[in-house]
Amino acid sequence: MSCNRATTVLHGYFDSELDALSAAEFEHHLEQCFDCISALDALESLRSSMVIAQLYEKAPAPFRRKVLTRLSSAGPARTPWRWLAVAAAFLVVAYAGWRVIPIQRGGNYETVLAAEIVDAHLRSLQPGHLTDVVSTDQHTVKPWFDGKLDFSPPVQDFTDQGFPLQGGRVDVVHGRSVAALVYARRKHSVNVFVWPTDEKDDTPRFGSQQGYQWIDWRKGGMEFCAVSDAAPSALEQLQRLFTE
Amino acid sequence: MLNSQDQVRFETLVLPHLDAAFNLARWLLRSGADAEDASQEAMLRAFRFFDGFQGGDARAWLLQIVRNTCFTWLEKNRHVKDATEFDEELHGPPGPTPESLAIEADSRGRLTHALESLPPRYREVIVLRELEGCSYKEIATITSIPLGTVMSRVSRARQQLQLALTDPTQNEAIHEL
Repeated sequence: MSCNRATTVLHGYFDSELDALSAAEFEHHLEQCFDCISALDALESLRSSMVIAQLYEKAPAPFRRKVLTRLSSAGPARTPWRWLAVAAAFLVVAYAGWRVIPIQRGGNYETVLAAEIVDAHLRSLQPGHLTDVVSTDQHTVKPWFDGKLDFSPPVQDFTDQGFPLQGGRVDVVHGRSVAALVYARRKHSVNVFVWPTDEKDDTPRFGSQQGYQWIDWRKGGMEFCAVSDAAPSALEQLQRLFTE
Repeated sequence: MLNSQDQVRFETLVLPHLDAAFNLARWLLRSGADAEDASQEAMLRAFRFFDGFQGGDARAWLLQIVRNTCFTWLEKNRHVKDATEFDEELHGPPGPTPESLAIEADSRGRLTHALESLPPRYREVIVLRELEGCSYKEIATITSIPLGTVMSRVSRARQQLQLALTDPTQNEAIHEL
């Protein structure tokens, strides 16, 4: 590489960081400088080899849980309450799932389901299990499910409507992986479990148990079950946001 | 101590960048275990000083804390690390072992080795630019180097990375903190 321009400016051009005038000047230079053209090619291939090699190292899941635990013990007393609410929410899901799902399927489905949901419940009691992907951005949460589920759950953020997306995780219901979307409703956490179904769209069914509300509906080949200790009207509102 | 509202803000704005924090620490410290310690320390520090966050780019703010934590860590452990690296230099480039040949055979290993052989200040800008996708302006914020210096730092870092990839032995001698 003998061209003395093929240093700093070339990298700025490659990174689209030059101002318009400098970029135009450099492009003019490129028309007659083979050194710079091949240097750009080399940068392009370096970049693509780095992309292919997937060098990005994400925080390992156990480490993420450890950090969340440390943070919650460093924070105010809000968090233990939250885990309690989540644990309770899971109990209600167990109950709701046990009641709602067998209605359509029959057989020993409910026995199997109950056992599995208890497992899910026990896992949820571990600190840091509310969300595996923590993000308020639906464009982060939705792709996070890619490759983890055999379906693509509809993920939307409803911050403007009072239900900010908190994140998601994969859970297991009746031997199949389901998406769990976590929303906040003021001080309450809302879990929305989503899994595919062959059944037709259906109007929502509600229920409550020990002060917790659930709402279950089907739309577009997906079954949804939202659970929270928020007011029933809040869950209805969320259900409408999902089906609009 | 943060109030509940601040904690929710922290969880919303800062926590989503835990991957970015870990990734930067992993490449600066060249060890997953050290990166866990350093990025956790940085995250707790960010949490403690969240009052001081003026708004704006939360990722850049967090990564600034992460890189400062890592450079302090590198400084503290300098005698240990330097001794090992110096040893390698003294004994010249190591001959190809079956293990190193296997590493060279796959490009992820080759790139990892080349990137890890760069001085931390170069490694940092490569990770921020190529892995984290930061703009020069963000890199300037995170590293506290002037914007005008970022472009030349990036260009030198890439050239050295290319050199390390074409001739892995060339690079062993160049060390600069």
